[in-house]
Amino acid sequence: MSLLEVSRLKASYGEIQALHGVDLALDESSVTTVLGANGAGKTTLLRAICGTVSRTGEISFAGERIDAAPTASIIRRGIGHVPEGRGTFVKLSVEDNLKLGAYARRDRGAAAEDMERVYGYFPVLAERRRQQAGTLSGGEQQMLAIGRALMSRPRLLVLDEPSFGLAPKIVSMIFEIMARIRDERQAALLLVEQNAALALDFADHAYLLETGRMIRAGRAADLREDAAIRRAYLGY
Amino acid sequence: MDLFIQQILAGLAVGGIYASLALALVMIYQATEHVNFAQGEMAMFSTYIAWSLIQAGFPYWAAFFATLLISFIAGVVIERVIVRPIQGSILSVVVVFIGLLVILHSLAGWIYTYTQKSFPSPMPDMAVMGVNLQELAAIGVTLVVLFLIFAFFRWTPLGLAMRAAAQNPESAVLVGIHVGWMLALGWGLAAAVGAVAGMMVAPKLTLDPSMMGSVLIYAFAGALLGGISSPGGAVIGGFAVGILENLIGTYVPVVGNELKLTVALILIIGVLIVKPSGMFGQTVTVRV
Repeated sequence: MSLLEVSRLKASYGEIQALHGVDLALDESSVTTVLGANGAGKTTLLRAICGTVSRTGEISFAGERIDAAPTASIIRRGIGHVPEGRGTFVKLSVEDNLKLGAYARRDRGAAAEDMERVYGYFPVLAERRRQQAGTLSGGEQQMLAIGRALMSRPRLLVLDEPSFGLAPKIVSMIFEIMARIRDERQAALLLVEQNAALALDFADHAYLLETGRMIRAGRAADLREDAAIRRAYLGY
Repeated sequence: MDLFIQQILAGLAVGGIYASLALALVMIYQATEHVNFAQGEMAMFSTYIAWSLIQAGFPYWAAFFATLLISFIAGVVIERVIVRPIQGSILSVVVVFIGLLVILHSLAGWIYTYTQKSFPSPMPDMAVMGVNLQELAAIGVTLVVLFLIFAFFRWTPLGLAMRAAAQNPESAVLVGIHVGWMLALGWGLAAAVGAVAGMMVAPKLTLDPSMMGSVLIYAFAGALLGGISSPGGAVIGGFAVGILENLIGTYVPVVGNELKLTVALILIIGVLIVKPSGMFGQTVTVRV
């Protein structure tokens, strides 16, 4: 059984429909990427899964329907969401941001261990733990957003364009850490990326979204070799 | 000199009351960017509840804590039932708050009549070494309450979650915080803090449905002076307004008791003109 199963998912912002019946499935500990141009509906798809946009269709997570549940409850079932724009609590300290990631957990002891683990992934956050999070650089805030989502010890980590607006050096650093998370099989990853080459190298499975419809799905390696996709998304 | 110290103490006593109410205003403002004009009337109504309990034979502190609990629950209920369903322009929210003010005011008048009632203080009305014990009690109780609120927000996970929900509701939801309930909780806490202000000011002013009117204006002045976006600033502002009010009333003969409220209004306008964010209003640094 799949960890996450989405079928016939539709979502809209007011009058404008952004998703026209999308299907997607991913397994425990797998890495899945969703590619697509600007405005294809990638962010909307992630939002619809977490219930921050109005949607219809079926979404099951770990065998339970979540398509009618409020966002906070969906998150509590084990989905960590790294939102577009990072969603930093800018006035709070780095450490408080991480603590909030573990807010829904009851096992405080294990949460403290996880904080050390996050500091292990991102040593720069440990150095800045008392600093106001709004003063971090964009890359550091992205690390904080990933760390915060990991603090809930999610079974599925959803990432919305973690490379957006960052210098190439920072991007490769963030992907290195994500690879560690992937290799340690801590969580299944669902990654939305504009950087298609990077995402296809990183993922096991890939979906291609175009104007609110899934037009391709398959192994990431196969999509990487597909001539049409290479021309449209990889630029060679 | 004695007069000066007495005025400072009196200023701190009444300033603490303004500070509490200012804090209640800021707590709701931070979470929703709405100013709850009914905060003063809510506090007044809470004080009537305490009065009823004391009349029914409860000891002072039992009535005090029962009132805090009742006010907290009432605050939560008001948010859930009245405030939450209002989705719309800022104007509709303001109208609802003013409606709430009028309703609570009339309700108190209808139940308890408009005649003034005396409300007890935890301390006898006497002075020890020139210090009025009732004022001392008001200062003490206010400081304890303010510290408890500070400690709650600073050191408890729930307090942290409430701050997070106020600052960035979208992200708060994404870490599993039920933001709606945090708002309701904030209303409950604000109502309880307001109730303390009401019960502390009532022995001084005597209890009647209009007693919080001028107190609310002073609390506004305090909140704006300190910065409506800063809880700590609002508290300091509240104390500052209390002290200023007393010193000016005593030492500036033209002002006297009659014009003290005018001073507060001038202060509000002055702050809004010169430094709209107040003394401690935060400017957030964000790098992207």
